[in-house]
Amino acid sequence: MSSALLPSSRLTSVARWHGVRCLSQLAELPELHQMMRQTCRDYAQKELAPIAAQLDKDHKFPAKQVKELGAMGVMAVEVPESLGGAGMDYLAYCLAVEELSRGCASTGVIVSVNNSLYLGPILKFGTEEQKKQWITPFTTGERVGCFALSEPGNGSDAGAASTLAQQEGDEWVLSGTKAWITNCWDASATVVFATTDKSLKHKGISAFLVPMPHPGLSLGKKEDKLGIRASSTANIILEDCRIPLGNMLGERGMGFKIAMQTLDSGRLGIAAQALGIAQAALDCSADYAHKRTAFGAPIGKLQAIQFKLADMALAIESARLLTWRAAMLRDAKKPFTKEAAMAKLAASEAATFVSHQAIQVLGGMGYVTDMPAERHYRDARITEIYEGTSEIQRLVIANNILKEYQQ
Amino acid sequence: MHRSSEVKHVASYLNTRGCECFGQPCESHCPVLTDRTIHVQLKTFIKIRVKPDRTGVVTDGVKHSMNPFCEIAVEEAIKLKEKKLVKEVVAVSCGPQQVQETIRTALAMGADRGIHVEVSGKDYETLGPLQVSKIFAALAKKEQADLIILGKQAIDDDCNQTGQITAALLDWPQGTFASEMTLEADKLKVVREVDGGLETIKINLPAVVTADLRLNTPRYATLPNIMKAKKKKIANVKPADLGVDVCSRLEVLKVDEPPQRQAGVKVETVDDLVGKLKEAGRV
Repeated sequence: MSSALLPSSRLTSVARWHGVRCLSQLAELPELHQMMRQTCRDYAQKELAPIAAQLDKDHKFPAKQVKELGAMGVMAVEVPESLGGAGMDYLAYCLAVEELSRGCASTGVIVSVNNSLYLGPILKFGTEEQKKQWITPFTTGERVGCFALSEPGNGSDAGAASTLAQQEGDEWVLSGTKAWITNCWDASATVVFATTDKSLKHKGISAFLVPMPHPGLSLGKKEDKLGIRASSTANIILEDCRIPLGNMLGERGMGFKIAMQTLDSGRLGIAAQALGIAQAALDCSADYAHKRTAFGAPIGKLQAIQFKLADMALAIESARLLTWRAAMLRDAKKPFTKEAAMAKLAASEAATFVSHQAIQVLGGMGYVTDMPAERHYRDARITEIYEGTSEIQRLVIANNILKEYQQ
Repeated sequence: MHRSSEVKHVASYLNTRGCECFGQPCESHCPVLTDRTIHVQLKTFIKIRVKPDRTGVVTDGVKHSMNPFCEIAVEEAIKLKEKKLVKEVVAVSCGPQQVQETIRTALAMGADRGIHVEVSGKDYETLGPLQVSKIFAALAKKEQADLIILGKQAIDDDCNQTGQITAALLDWPQGTFASEMTLEADKLKVVREVDGGLETIKINLPAVVTADLRLNTPRYATLPNIMKAKKKKIANVKPADLGVDVCSRLEVLKVDEPPQRQAGVKVETVDDLVGKLKEAGRV
């Protein structure tokens, strides 16, 4: 591997650590990952794609499918087998979420939130006791968890959390409102971020584990969303919500750090979801290009359509390689924050671009519910917003770049 | 559980030839395959093309996967093992290097080990039920299998012969088109789907069973099982090692697409219909 082949100095150093393994994995996945990807693809094609449109219309949580995915190990990919998970790596998880999202984007986000946002922080910061109590029951698909960070008053400004946690004897008392919580109407537990020391600003935020339902915890109305309608989104209202002291996750004041690290990984799950949506939109367009005839030939013969398909495929493939690389860096326990932000940004912008073009390729058919293109367009839009808006991703990338070039 | 000592293992023959073309009747773009009424909700179709020299269909670049009836066979074998009625499930496939992927899928579903009988190139193109049955019979004797479960037919050639020929070569009883099978003492009760309805038979072991659609619903491999599959062994064997000659006795003269469906004619009255039928010489 000469450095002439590897323009980025960062990539050279990573490759030197692990030899050809890293680069060849970008070129072709290991057999294990290929098998796993194929299994998820088969499941998505047979069990998710046929019902996705109806789930979207009914805003219905796919409980049966979530249980089946739990039995397959997909609801807890990274969790070690000793705790009931599949014990695989993050690259495998990203592949799984992409393939499932290709069938149904809502199912993809349900899987992603459970894996990255709920199980993720508990796996990393939880005590052994907490892991047994809060992880194992959530690996089977019988129960899902959620992640309560955003509030009506702050989304991107996560450090300004106004939800309070006050110690009263041997209990924490939580009060405040959390907003935009994915999975909450179907969840059995949540990771909640609340301020324990207002004066310390973001260093005064701590993380807590709260079972659902629980006295003092109530749910707001289900949001009527543009897309990913089979996954529930609502406010979580905490009023005199009492939990044992042992329910604090990590150390006091560690909450912001836990949230940021969790989101670093979570955004790869969303990148994977966006890739799945984009791929489904491309599938739909390419298929249509073969079948629809105009001006005496299939429209795939027309350069206008060909250029669109090329741009769509390029956007997806580029974002996919970024996602895989970020996942591989994370698996190798290397810093991956910048790469994860790049992956999420690229994938979500690819999803909105590709699904937009897909409607264009399908013309009138792209605008009606008979074809899935309109659903992909609606599903794609949220990927640029949640788990870090595109603007935040740009800030993260820029900060990392400036650090690299520190004078 | 005396069953486990008597039934040594189940060999499941996997057919990896052909495409995943099932769903709606597909004569329109599957020239070699006949009307399919398998109601599996799989929407991806692979367009089958006849080779320009009309000696067969194009297989280059076509994704090969486990024959759906064979998947059902593997699932049944694994279910028997889970019930502790059999000790070991061996998945077998004949073909080129790619079939190892299919064997691994069977291992990921729960089979214990695999056997890959290497047949490639020209031999593979002309490999048919007779040669496969000979290979299979030889393996069954070598492995001392007590039960062979296969898919009833492959969805590429639709021969529906391998199970029957294998049973004949081994002089074993056969339960074909099984929609239900139960081990009862030392006999196998098989419910067969036949044209007239359902037929229940009891056959002695060792036996050959061919799986029909309603026998079971194959499982998806779980992630932990996919990981375990990596460590399971796949043995490599050549037909010659088993004393089998894979030379084909059949010669394919030509392969054609089915004729394009012509538009029908609508008539107003029954008399018109009878008239038209008489014109066409049908009545």
